[in-house]
Amino acid sequence: MSSAPTVPPLADVTASDASLRRFLHGLPGVDAVGLEARAAMLGTRSVKTTAKAYAIDLAISMIDLTTLEGADTPGKVRSLCAKGLSPDPTDRTAPQVAAICVYPDMAATARAALACSGVRVASVATAFPAGRSALPVKLADTRDAVAAGADEVDMVIDRGAFLSGRYLQVYEEIRAVREACVRPEGSTAAPAHLKVIFENGELSTYDNIRRASWLAMLAGADFIKTSTGKVAVNATLPNTLLMLEAVRDYRAATGTQVGVKPAGGIRTSKDAIKYLVMVNETLGADWLSPEWFRFGASSLLNDLLMQRHKLSTGRYSGPDYVTVD
Amino acid sequence: MASDTTQPHPHPHPAPEPDPFSPFAYAPAPESRAIVDIAPSYGHFIDGEFREASDGRVFKTIAPASEEVLSEVAQASTEDVDAAVRAARKAFTGWAALPGSERAKYLFRIARIIQERSRELAVLETLDNGKPIRETRDADLPLVAAHFFYYAGWADKLPYAGYGADPRPLGVAGQVIPWNFPLMMLAWKIAPALATGNTVVLKPAETTPLSALFFADICRQAGLPKGVVNIITGDGSSGAALVEHEGVDKVAFTGSTAVGKMIARTVAGTRKKLTLELGGKGANIVFDDAPVDQAVEGIVNGIYFNQGQVCCAGSRLLVQESVQEEVLDALKRRLTTLRVGDPLDKNTDVGAINSAAQLARITELTEAGEAEGAERWSPSCELPTAGYWFAPTVFTNVTQAHRIAREEIFGPVLSVLSFRTPDEAVAKANNTPYGLSAGIWTEKGSRILQVAQQLRAGVVWSNTFNKFDPTSPFGGYQESGFGREGGRHGLEAYLDV
Repeated sequence: MSSAPTVPPLADVTASDASLRRFLHGLPGVDAVGLEARAAMLGTRSVKTTAKAYAIDLAISMIDLTTLEGADTPGKVRSLCAKGLSPDPTDRTAPQVAAICVYPDMAATARAALACSGVRVASVATAFPAGRSALPVKLADTRDAVAAGADEVDMVIDRGAFLSGRYLQVYEEIRAVREACVRPEGSTAAPAHLKVIFENGELSTYDNIRRASWLAMLAGADFIKTSTGKVAVNATLPNTLLMLEAVRDYRAATGTQVGVKPAGGIRTSKDAIKYLVMVNETLGADWLSPEWFRFGASSLLNDLLMQRHKLSTGRYSGPDYVTVD
Repeated sequence: MASDTTQPHPHPHPAPEPDPFSPFAYAPAPESRAIVDIAPSYGHFIDGEFREASDGRVFKTIAPASEEVLSEVAQASTEDVDAAVRAARKAFTGWAALPGSERAKYLFRIARIIQERSRELAVLETLDNGKPIRETRDADLPLVAAHFFYYAGWADKLPYAGYGADPRPLGVAGQVIPWNFPLMMLAWKIAPALATGNTVVLKPAETTPLSALFFADICRQAGLPKGVVNIITGDGSSGAALVEHEGVDKVAFTGSTAVGKMIARTVAGTRKKLTLELGGKGANIVFDDAPVDQAVEGIVNGIYFNQGQVCCAGSRLLVQESVQEEVLDALKRRLTTLRVGDPLDKNTDVGAINSAAQLARITELTEAGEAEGAERWSPSCELPTAGYWFAPTVFTNVTQAHRIAREEIFGPVLSVLSFRTPDEAVAKANNTPYGLSAGIWTEKGSRILQVAQQLRAGVVWSNTFNKFDPTSPFGGYQESGFGREGGRHGLEAYLDV
């Protein structure tokens, strides 16, 4: 992360509800037709042979392998961790995933399973997915996840507050969760990284998504994330492209680099490669690593492994040759 | 993200290391040439069959991306033109007498065959023209098929088009088309002519004759009656002979303003009906409340689409001074990602210039731009050594007095001018002898309407650029020509009204 300047740029923006509102509403508008056309055009890039092999391994290494179900058990989480550590038991050259993403009560299980492997523990928090709890509950949820060993916290914003125009409230809530990501007294570990989930499907307009992106980045998000995966519209190419443009502009304005995580609905290698093409042509090399771009996904991994297998052997082996976890 | 990964990293294969220069270089993804079978030579398509030039003269057509000779085609003499016009005349009576619903069947059939053969035609067009396969595949061919489908729909509804209860065709249409969108311009000419009951003699441009000759084959495949469509190939002299021919009732031309003026003089005082679609110097106007990222895409699409060889290109960028720097920075950043090179590679954005002559014209005008004091910028890009290439170029510090602000360059060259108020934007946009296209970029709907009403341009796009649709009339003001192609309006040029 770039070191913060002594006088943070845009500091005055969050001085009051009015100034924050003026700033967010002063951001350039988004033309939906043009945005979607650009995303569709990038989707036509043809990624073959060596480029495809590179993209598949990169995509695997960017996955936050996720299980967020009411039916999650320690066994299920441990199984997912094993998968993340060694995605293809028949081919040890397959990279490990970036993180295992679970509910807070499973964070300790994941932590124990992953140990010092380098695969991180990501935990959703703040009354995920709806976020409809009081702030103290959300903060307790966050501290709980951090104490259980989460390296990364995926919080949800209060879409109700955002949609009714209480931007400063959303901002302050993100700040508070960020504070809660700091390790308990005595720990030397860095604070958990904060991913801020907008739930683009509920924000509904592209203008809102751009505003939410800036709002979250101003509040200190390490990552901005499209969605929970729990509503009808999750990550799409256009809404992710818009967020890529926002992190690009934010770095140009402040010098601070922020990561992006599309989540929900990305199931095939073809889809994943389209996202990587967008990152490549919008942000370039600086964001082409798991440190700055993630996929929130579960079934994507097996498709990537099947494609990887096909590239290396020339044959498509089918779903019985990857592990079901 | 701060790093707290001080732990050992035992896994043998961590994330692939990005190469700082080219972390995600797309491997070559060439579309296969094998799908298209180009004969070593072609004759004219007259009266339903291919025949050699009457005097045996031929010329070569080359691939501008490599200068490779693709084929040899016949050079039409006045006898060839005469034979073609006679064939069209002979076929006219029967074709015009067919019920509209019968003519529609042929047009629908042609449209479907174009769709079926679209990959082949896209590769052919890319080879002969030099434009990227992404454009022929995703823009040209879908629009070509759509145009035939659209006018097929009109063929049996002419009484309801607003031109009287039984509008009559004109007769034989002599059509001369340019090299920038060979097959699309053919569709714009032939589809409305056939739908209204005319027969045609069409001459494709000298540098891009092949797709029209393949279209001739499609006419045969569709069982179109002999002589309804005739294709002759040749240079400007063949085009002149066609325009001058006594048996032609209607002349339709798309091309340069200079040639358009010659044609207008030739046709003046005759019974021939004329439509001209000529050059342009389109203004793309970006206001300070524009959606910047999409405006940048629109600017790129406006002037680098088809290497800027587009009559309605947004070759003048008029940007409000208060956002000039921001827009130009974003534009330059975007241009560094344009992929220039092999037109057959599916990832190519900018292909080859169509001919040596056109390249010379672009080079001459850009040199004039520099000499007159404008500031020239191009992204660093490696251009192939063989073939005709010109890097995407932006000129800043351009004033209304510069040649590059007034003359049509017809290449990937953008001239950037600024304005302070909407009135100034309109005045500068209109300050041209042309008047084909313009673009308005603003999030404010009322401004779009207010500015569009004042612009003297046949097509005004708002928050988009270079969007085409067969249902939408297209054409110019002033020296950009007259008459409309496309839509209901496009029927008028081929009806005796």
